[in-house]
Amino acid sequence: LITVKHKSPLYFKINSELFTLTYGALVTQLCKDYENDEEVNKQLDKMGYNIGVRLIEDFLARSSVGRCQDFRETADVIAKVAFKTYLGVTPSVTNWSPAGDEFSLILESNPLVDFVELPDNHNALIYSNLLCGVLRGALEMVQMAVDVKFVQDTLRGDNVTEIRMKFIKRIEENLPAGDE
Amino acid sequence: MVIFSVYVVNKAGGLIYQYDNYVPRAEAEKTFSYPLDLVLKHHDEKVVVSFGQRDGIKVGHAVLSINGIDVMGKSTADGKDILEYLKDPSNYPVSIRFGRARLSSNEKLMLASMFHSLFAIGSQLSPEPGSSGIEMLETDVFKLHCFQTLTGIKFIVLADPRQASIDALLRKIYEIYADFALKNPFYSLEMPIRCELFDQNLKSALEIAEKAGNFGAGS
Repeated sequence: LITVKHKSPLYFKINSELFTLTYGALVTQLCKDYENDEEVNKQLDKMGYNIGVRLIEDFLARSSVGRCQDFRETADVIAKVAFKTYLGVTPSVTNWSPAGDEFSLILESNPLVDFVELPDNHNALIYSNLLCGVLRGALEMVQMAVDVKFVQDTLRGDNVTEIRMKFIKRIEENLPAGDE
Repeated sequence: MVIFSVYVVNKAGGLIYQYDNYVPRAEAEKTFSYPLDLVLKHHDEKVVVSFGQRDGIKVGHAVLSINGIDVMGKSTADGKDILEYLKDPSNYPVSIRFGRARLSSNEKLMLASMFHSLFAIGSQLSPEPGSSGIEMLETDVFKLHCFQTLTGIKFIVLADPRQASIDALLRKIYEIYADFALKNPFYSLEMPIRCELFDQNLKSALEIAEKAGNFGAGS
């Protein structure tokens, strides 16, 4: 069971199986519609982006997280607060690049893929690619351009699920006043 | 304690939501006989008093209604030009209500984008980097409170100077925006907010804040 807690009186439980089934229905329908794994991956990323740009406001409105001073802080907030709040899991942050602009999130468990097995004809499908879009969209709204991709996936035979995040640049257009 | 209005401004400075909770109006209604001893003129699509003050009617007040029926800009409700109507002795005696004209939506749009620019200037003038920007603008009849999110949206509340805990109200309005505007898939980001649930929840939040404000303490 996933428990969703908000600061306001809204407090309800949603059955995580329903969540898994809903996401599964989404991916399989996309596979039927596009018949091409690369295209499905792209669509999942796009959908994730649209979720991310909205989810960030919910996150900021409800947590008291302020602006992160550097990418390390961002990584911590993503792993310890955001993933915890929305998926109920806390990935570990590892494999920092020497320049401090790239890191990995290692997911022990992923609620999206409970009960899922990838068939042979979908080798290129990144089942949870929605998450990459969500992270990309959310960070773009706080003026950070990032590249997010899965580098390991338990669904495709790896031991762990690893998401690699790379900082590209600060988005200077339309900066909120006061953030030089 | 009163909250007068709420404005929401998007990242580009465009007004995407506006709600007037309470518009205090100094109004005066009088019956006049021919000829009218006030000088009226057209100004900005309204008919205003340009000369002659008496009994609560001041220079700058606009004609709000004639004989109990609200006017529409420069014409009466049935389309007659007001100044022509008032030149005709056969229309007298006439009862006219004068008062401070409400801001039109275009005026509100302009004022919001002007505030957006002032906010940016305020941040640039700051001696320290990373200023929060204008948080409050104070006058004798109202206080304007502003909260800019990390994503660049501004929530602005105009309230009675004695109204307390507006900071909490601004955060609450942010939550309501995150819920009822953003989680509505048919609402496009940065566009005007036309979501009934947002309206309803905002109104209740204002009511709660007004009642709570009566008990003092807070920002």
